[in-house]
Amino acid sequence: MNISTGLLEFLASRTKRTWEPDEDLFASGVVSSLFALELVVHLEKAYGVEVEGEYLSLENFRTVNAMEKMVLELQAATP
Amino acid sequence: MIAVLGAGVMGTGIATLAVGHGLAVTLVDIDADKLAAAKDAVRHQLRGAKLMGRMPRSGPTGELTCTTSLADVAGATSVIEAVTELPELKAKVLAEVSALVEPGTLILTNTSAIPVDELASSTVRPEDVAGAHFMNPPYLIRMVEVIRGPRTGDAAMDAARSLLDSLDHDHVTVGDGPGFVINRILQRTINEAARIVEEGLASPAEVDALFEGCLGHRTGPLATADLIGLDNVADSLRVLRDRTGDAGYAPCELLLAKVRDGDFGRKTGRGFYEHGGQS
Ligand SMILES: NC(=O)c1ccc[n+]([C@@H]2O[C@H](COP(=O)([O-])OP(=O)(O)OC[C@H]3O[C@@H](n4cnc5c(N)ncnc54)[C@H](O)[C@@H]3O)[C@@H](O)[C@H]2O)c1
Repeated sequence: MNISTGLLEFLASRTKRTWEPDEDLFASGVVSSLFALELVVHLEKAYGVEVEGEYLSLENFRTVNAMEKMVLELQAATP
Repeated sequence: MIAVLGAGVMGTGIATLAVGHGLAVTLVDIDADKLAAAKDAVRHQLRGAKLMGRMPRSGPTGELTCTTSLADVAGATSVIEAVTELPELKAKVLAEVSALVEPGTLILTNTSAIPVDELASSTVRPEDVAGAHFMNPPYLIRMVEVIRGPRTGDAAMDAARSLLDSLDHDHVTVGDGPGFVINRILQRTINEAARIVEEGLASPAEVDALFEGCLGHRTGPLATADLIGLDNVADSLRVLRDRTGDAGYAPCELLLAKVRDGDFGRKTGRGFYEHGGQS
């Protein structure tokens, strides 16, 4: 399963609604910065990356596409 | 390196605050399990604070060393004491640490209610001791209630201010006395709120909804109590009752029952509210 499909499934199960890959998760008010922390933990477990430093910006969690882009970058940077 | 004594709710949060601002921290507890949990919690809290934009994202993170040996703090530039709110225990820990560190090393106590001068009496140099009552969680709430005891020296006050500056925290300095400003009022409020629930006049959610809706408090007194930890609330109330002689501070039966049942609030998953597992 590719990253965005996996994330859309995770979000649907946690928020009880469906999302579009480019939909703003925070604008809806359904997703809070606390939930973003849960997303960090999920991304680390599911994709074997470490989200630290400059990556810990809400902008990287605003859409499923943004999260996918970040995970791909982090995976590419991991030897 | 700064020393933080006690790796509970507050010691862990203070460690997060300090390492997030690049200071090396030695965190001490007698309970190795608490230290192991604190290590994970600090990492989690750091990331949360950064995500919320409440902590610098760039810049170095201070090193966190966890230890059960108090002797490891001998070289500390300042000490923040955050062990359990039991007067004899704090007196013992403060006496030990003050004998270990260099003269002139700032010793801050994060006590909720024990007068600073009473605690300073157990140390080798009362002039090095001041109070810094951090709010919970310390890495998100920037204001600190600083307490100057009657024997606190100018050097200690300067050191306290510069430490808080380096943590990007604000403070208000007040005089010494049981509960200082915040807890002389807050603990009493929590106790009355619990008594109201005990008497069946309102549910915890109703009490809190009134404080939030009518008075604009962000969190009502009973949700606040769950955040603090009901064991700590009961300890603080006993300290206040014993030192003021005011029976209104005696922890009410409902509060004592919850503590007896191990329902401490967020840290155990249940208090006045259910918290869905530990958090
Ligand atoms: N919880 C709050 O919201 C809050 C807010 C401000 C101040 N405080 C105060 O901060 C202090 C700590 O409170 P807390 O809520 O973190 O309590 P806590 O029960 O979560 O943690 C206290 C820790 O101290 C440890 N400890 C006990 N004896 C020790 C010793 N001899 N040496 C080292 N560690 C020892 C315990 O193992 C425990 O991990 C108390 O004085 C409390 O009144 C608490």
